Amino acid sequence: MAGMIEVRSLSKTFVTKDARIEALQDINLSIQTGDIYGIIGMSGAGKSTLVRCLNFLERPSAGTVEIEGEDLSSLSERALRAKRREIAMIFQHFNLLMQKNVIDNICFPLDIAGMPKKDARKRAMELLEIVGLTDKAKAYPSQLSGGQKQRVAIARALAANPKILLCDEATSALDPQTTQSILQLLKQINQEYGITIVIITHEMAVVRAICSHVAIIGEGRLVEQGRVLDIFSHPRTAQARELILKGGGGEYPAPENRQKELMKGKCCVRIVFSDNSSFEPVIANMVLKFGQPINILKADTKNVGGIARGEMILSLPDDSDTQKSMMAYLLERGLALEEVDGYVD
Amino acid sequence: MWTSDLTAMMAEGIRDTLLMTLVSTVFGYILGLPMGIALAVTDQNGVKPNVWIYKILDVIANIVRSIPFLILLILVMPLTKLIVGKSYGSVATIVPLTIAAAPFIGRMIESSLKEVDQGVVEAAQSMGAGTFTIIWKVLLVEARTSILVGVTIAIGTILGYSAMAGVVGGGGLGDIAMRYGYYRYETLIMIVAVVLLVILVQIFQTLGMRLSVSLDRRKR
Repeated sequence: MAGMIEVRSLSKTFVTKDARIEALQDINLSIQTGDIYGIIGMSGAGKSTLVRCLNFLERPSAGTVEIEGEDLSSLSERALRAKRREIAMIFQHFNLLMQKNVIDNICFPLDIAGMPKKDARKRAMELLEIVGLTDKAKAYPSQLSGGQKQRVAIARALAANPKILLCDEATSALDPQTTQSILQLLKQINQEYGITIVIITHEMAVVRAICSHVAIIGEGRLVEQGRVLDIFSHPRTAQARELILKGGGGEYPAPENRQKELMKGKCCVRIVFSDNSSFEPVIANMVLKFGQPINILKADTKNVGGIARGEMILSLPDDSDTQKSMMAYLLERGLALEEVDGYVD
Repeated sequence: MWTSDLTAMMAEGIRDTLLMTLVSTVFGYILGLPMGIALAVTDQNGVKPNVWIYKILDVIANIVRSIPFLILLILVMPLTKLIVGKSYGSVATIVPLTIAAAPFIGRMIESSLKEVDQGVVEAAQSMGAGTFTIIWKVLLVEARTSILVGVTIAIGTILGYSAMAGVVGGGGLGDIAMRYGYYRYETLIMIVAVVLLVILVQIFQTLGMRLSVSLDRRKR
């Protein structure tokens, strides 16, 4: 079965007067109906260009984008505009009409779709109910907070009953609490209306909070993709590890640097506890068994797609034989384990 | 020495100045608004880039704007005669005033529309809006305040231009100031005419700014 969104060998090259910029190279993605699909990468990695290729705001230089089996490049200008009504989008800076009040902003896509004004108003009020802003119907965007503006933008995006919602750094301009509430709203929309959501972000915390799947983009290429749970437990690439580590410490980056400092020159392993591995006091038993101290550099519990996962970074004794047997011991106990020595650069 | 004749003349001057200015502004916008929209839309970063349309309009705007108004007034006389039937008088002056104002207004509209946040345009595109919808329901709506400030500036500028119409027997306050002040050294009449011009500009400026601020929804 074809997915909701199929991206095949997509490339995008920008040609300016004195340079060719390869923004995206050979991207392949398959996003299924009902997924919350995260696309994560550092700024400049090309993720914003990628999301704009999904509704052809940016035309790919090569490759195809299929929405429900329909190749966007085969559509006429008119058919493409009609198709875009099924693919709503929200933005980092909300992009509301500043001269129109909340209700008129939400009615705007309905107006474009040709819905009579009266019906549009009724639908807009329903949507305000969903995003919890019924009292702000007559307010203008400049009178709203960032979180409220994004809620209006979400209501506007949902107005025309889209099948897909693209979110371009939708929480990057918001504080952590507001980010959480917006993410919960997105999750609710996904569950209640079955809308497929694509989230572009540079924050691992966003992916961890609500995404079912994730693709990691680095320098215009797809580095790694899969279920969030798998990538979080077994990152295969340096970029993935870097993003997981960065996203680990919450909003405060300073302790992470100190932690990185501690890891220098030590043999360190990162272990992930799944739900069935936390019954036995593994670390304590290991210390007792080997009679050697180990240093816990970091321990954290994270909610990955609704399942609690424990994460620890251990610094093992310097003796390499002990290291090997300790790792074997941990693996035997069913923990996901990986050496993190060397990804500190 | 101030006679009722002079008062009547001043009243007539005000009437002629207002007639020339306001009618020319209206015609100027009838020509300049589509021109400005076309300039903004066909620009390489516009909603529908078109190098040729942009270049042609760009050159026309630059040529007309670089001709001194006094010269333009004389250059378009044959056209004026064709349209109005005569090449002198207040009504006739409307033709060169409109021609001079249109590209100036077009440039102001262009710049107002280009100030509109690209993100909002992109949002409209993502909703499936076509070029016409974007112009009508996004660009013109979002740029409303800036466009109204432009109207205020345009009226002031056209009013200033209209004063030069006296050279070709155009009428209005500028004509009075020139005839009495410059040719006959009747300084008092000149000063009165100039003060009246200043007051008119002041009134338009104040009204225009008030209107544009009251229609702006970006305030808290």
